[in-house]
Amino acid sequence: MKIEFILNGRKRRVDVEPNQLLLNLLRDELGLTGTKYGCGVGVCGACTVLLNGEPILSCLTLAIEVDGKTVETIEGLAKGGSLDPVQEAFIETGAIQCGFCTPGFIMMAKALLKENPEPTEREIREYLKGNLCRCTGYVNIVKAVKLAAERSKASKLDAQSAL
Amino acid sequence: MEINRVNTRIIPFRFEYYSPSSLEEALALLSKYGSEARILAGGTDLLVDMKQRLMEPRHLIDIKRIPELKLLKEDSRGFMIGSTVRLRELERSKAIRERLPLLHEAISSMGSVQVRNMATIGGNLCRASPSADAAVALLALEAEAQIAGPTGTRRMPLEEFFLGPRKTHLRSDEILTGIYVPHPPENTGSSFIKLGRTSLDLAIVNIAVTLRLKGGAIDHCRIAMGAVAPRPLRLRNVEEFLLGRELTPEVLEKAAGMVEASIDPITDIRATAEYRKEVSKVLLKDALKTAIERGGELRA
Repeated sequence: MKIEFILNGRKRRVDVEPNQLLLNLLRDELGLTGTKYGCGVGVCGACTVLLNGEPILSCLTLAIEVDGKTVETIEGLAKGGSLDPVQEAFIETGAIQCGFCTPGFIMMAKALLKENPEPTEREIREYLKGNLCRCTGYVNIVKAVKLAAERSKASKLDAQSAL
Repeated sequence: MEINRVNTRIIPFRFEYYSPSSLEEALALLSKYGSEARILAGGTDLLVDMKQRLMEPRHLIDIKRIPELKLLKEDSRGFMIGSTVRLRELERSKAIRERLPLLHEAISSMGSVQVRNMATIGGNLCRASPSADAAVALLALEAEAQIAGPTGTRRMPLEEFFLGPRKTHLRSDEILTGIYVPHPPENTGSSFIKLGRTSLDLAIVNIAVTLRLKGGAIDHCRIAMGAVAPRPLRLRNVEEFLLGRELTPEVLEKAAGMVEASIDPITDIRATAEYRKEVSKVLLKDALKTAIERGGELRA
């Protein structure tokens, strides 16, 4: 079945089988291996991507279902060689050890900060509840999201005062 | 064949996929393919089963394009929630948060943000899990299921919709099209409590309570519990006992004892039957007290 969708800002046309999962389309056919297979049953969040801006689990989404929609993966964040502020914050706070859970967490953080630019720690933890990390103990991940939020606020204030 | 029973990377069999744009089309497909077909909504339960070969439908009927199933409507009598409305949309709805806070509380406790973005209210109810959080809240809210089939539509109390684990009243050629939730009586307070091993878990036990006092005595009360019986339970005998009574410590104790006697929990991976019986008493007391604190008082 032929589908057409926008992937990280670019229009893509692919032919998919009904039983093909979005995760495997992204990783195996389109070569975007940033999104990870973790559990395959929807509890770990490592396969999180944004579909029409909303975070979903690509391991439980049929490839067919993205027809006519917009998909964003971790590969789409860095622009022109510069890391996204959320990516930078994760590096700075030591939120990354093995890095396997990281793309999922970063996509969630992007979605969270778009919806709630100044989340409390409790709100951050609640929002990230569907993402598991076996290495870090989550403390630095939460710090990274807070740092990214603060910086985003600061740069908005700078932009306003420059007007 | 044991091969591929634990592979969750792929769906290890082929099927036909349909995406009808009308209810009539969907019902026709369902009638045509019968037991070889399955309805696809959010996919958060179905696809997991398919990966493990617990279900191997030859035909998948995706109902997410059907317009009337996606609607969330409110009028003076209550809400009509289309069966493919996503849990996240219900969670974000200001109208639901204000007028059905019990439902808002229950849905917010389900899964994760990602799961709630995908899962639908209809899919969750049709799964008929004995511990379903939304089901327990909807029972306390006296919701009705709206069902469409080849001969027309019918409505039934949600209480009668669930028959047992994974079993509902739906016939194989029917689709749950929506859930009707009447507005609760004015000034009812409500409380939903869910106990889980972790923050992201099915309920060990959950409870939904709506309550109203008039002149210090209970004049409206609905209690529903999950994970304590083969289906979500309305505890009518406890409701009847509480009606007209003041919520003294003695009354609370007696009510808790009645709950313990009315439920029949099992021992499973999440908890023992004994623990569930004990903790149900605690949850009842907590939920009733919280519902009162939240202003379940009718000023005469």
